[in-house]
Amino acid sequence: MKRTIALAAGMAMGAGMALADMVAPADVTYGEYGEIEQSLTGVPGDAEAGREVMITRGLGNCVACHAVTALEDIPFHGEVGPILDGVGSYRTEAELRGIVANAKMTFPESVMPAFYKVDGFIRPGNAFTGKAAEGPLDPLLTAQQIEDVVAYLMTLTD
Amino acid sequence: MTMSTLKTAVCGLALLAAPLAASAEELVVNGEIEMITETEPAAHLDGALSTVRSGWTFRTTETKALQMDDFENPAMISVDNGMAAWNTADGAEGKSCADCHGAMEDSMEMVRATYPKWNEEAGEVRNIQMQIDDCRVNQMSAEPYGLDSRPMLAMEAAISSVGRGQVVDVAIDGPAAETWEKGKEIYYTRFGQLDLSCASCHELNYDNYIRADHLSQGQINGFPTYRLKNARLNGTHSRFRGCIRDTRAETYSVGSPEFVALELYVASRGNGLTVEGPAVRN
Ligand code: HEC
Ligand code: HEC
Ligand code: HEC
Repeated sequence: MKRTIALAAGMAMGAGMALADMVAPADVTYGEYGEIEQSLTGVPGDAEAGREVMITRGLGNCVACHAVTALEDIPFHGEVGPILDGVGSYRTEAELRGIVANAKMTFPESVMPAFYKVDGFIRPGNAFTGKAAEGPLDPLLTAQQIEDVVAYLMTLTD
Repeated sequence: MTMSTLKTAVCGLALLAAPLAASAEELVVNGEIEMITETEPAAHLDGALSTVRSGWTFRTTETKALQMDDFENPAMISVDNGMAAWNTADGAEGKSCADCHGAMEDSMEMVRATYPKWNEEAGEVRNIQMQIDDCRVNQMSAEPYGLDSRPMLAMEAAISSVGRGQVVDVAIDGPAAETWEKGKEIYYTRFGQLDLSCASCHELNYDNYIRADHLSQGQINGFPTYRLKNARLNGTHSRFRGCIRDTRAETYSVGSPEFVALELYVASRGNGLTVEGPAVRN
């Protein structure tokens, strides 16, 4: 119950800030190495919510491709991407924000999907229905979910 | 030959043999049909794969075992149904497949290993299912089975079963070349909002786990496959659909020219493996 209230409060706050400070996918500024200096929302990320994004199939499902020792209690970590242990020590917050938003700006040709991008796709679908998308796409994660994931990744220190 | 060249030669051989031996477990079906589950890549792969492996080699010991004996293989019931249909007259002409083609074991032995294939009269590349429905409609005046329908998959499984152990050798040159090129282009196209191509998973990441799934090379020498997950036979194009859908993309439809082209291309990536269909998968 405590958790739900906290979540609801978080969402309300996110929505409130959205108008003021949210950077739309098309307006994101990437640095030379694909990093994003500026927060996408102006609201500090919530690492606990970011953890949820990492492990949930309908959200980031990052563990489909990455193993994370700190998430050991979650079954089936993938091997497609590198193990993320310690990533918060050797990457900056700006780098991590850039990699999660659009990994191809950091690793050209990467198989890692861009979680904050809405155009330039071939035959985009309506989620996992196999049918064509109707109207403009939403990014895979919201601006705040990106910030939350980044906050979680920053906790993965050596 | 000096000692050192001899050494290099021996080393070279050992190196070549090593990756093959690593996952080489013998698949012998019914104690008699010897399968090639790992082989050298065809020249047209241009080094894209260092070895070519059947999907069987990626499955668990339990799943593998189900394919080694027809009494254990749950797809064999469908094969029996397909065999029965082969010998049963249907349609306004009152003919059965056997009336024109004789014994399936003889006339259909090489079909699975060589399809999809250019059909001169039709002026197109056809897969087995298209040819079966063409015979039903134009030779038998019967209702088409419909692509990837249950009776179709049963017939395809039966035809595949009599070709087990034959070495896959689909032609990619001559009139088929254009379709093959189109299939290759589709194979390397990154689809959907996840922006992934067939190659992203089955060429760059085979043998890796993606969540709970152990990625294979996505070969189709085992099709139609019996999947324990849905307890039925599954067609090649339905599998393609599923994989493209999982990239959050709009898929092509079963039987579409795009999927026929992709089927030809993917089949050719498995040239040198043996026909295993109906194989068993998780
Ligand atoms: C389909 C596979 C896939 C998914 C899903 C995926 N990644 Fe990745 N990720 C990769 C690969 C592959 C790399 C290595 C970069 C490259 O392509 O060279 C990578 C790299 C990274 C890196 C950089 C690691 C380093 O060593 O610097 C981070 C951080 C990361 N991913 C985080 C995430 C997060 C967070 C998510 C989910 C929101 C996620 N990834 C989802 C495949 C994936
Ligand atoms: C009245 C005769 C007739 C009947 C009945 C018939 N076929 Fe055919 N079939 C043909 C002919 C003729 C061809 C060659 C077609 C071509 O090349 O265009 C053919 C070709 C095929 C091929 C391709 C063989 C190869 O080596 O390329 C398959 C597979 C096939 N038939 C399956 C079936 C099945 C299954 C049935 C029953 C459901 C069936 N046929 C019924 C006449 C028939
Ligand atoms: C996001 C990852 C992903 C992508 C992209 C993908 N697949 Fe797959 N595919 C899988 C998984 C997971 C399986 C089940 C495990 C296995 O057999 O590899 C599978 C299975 C298959 C199989 C069954 C293999 C067998 O032996 O039973 C075929 C064939 C196949 N894929 C073809 C394709 C083709 C063709 C494409 C591109 C149109 C494609 N896949 C794209 C993940 C993917």
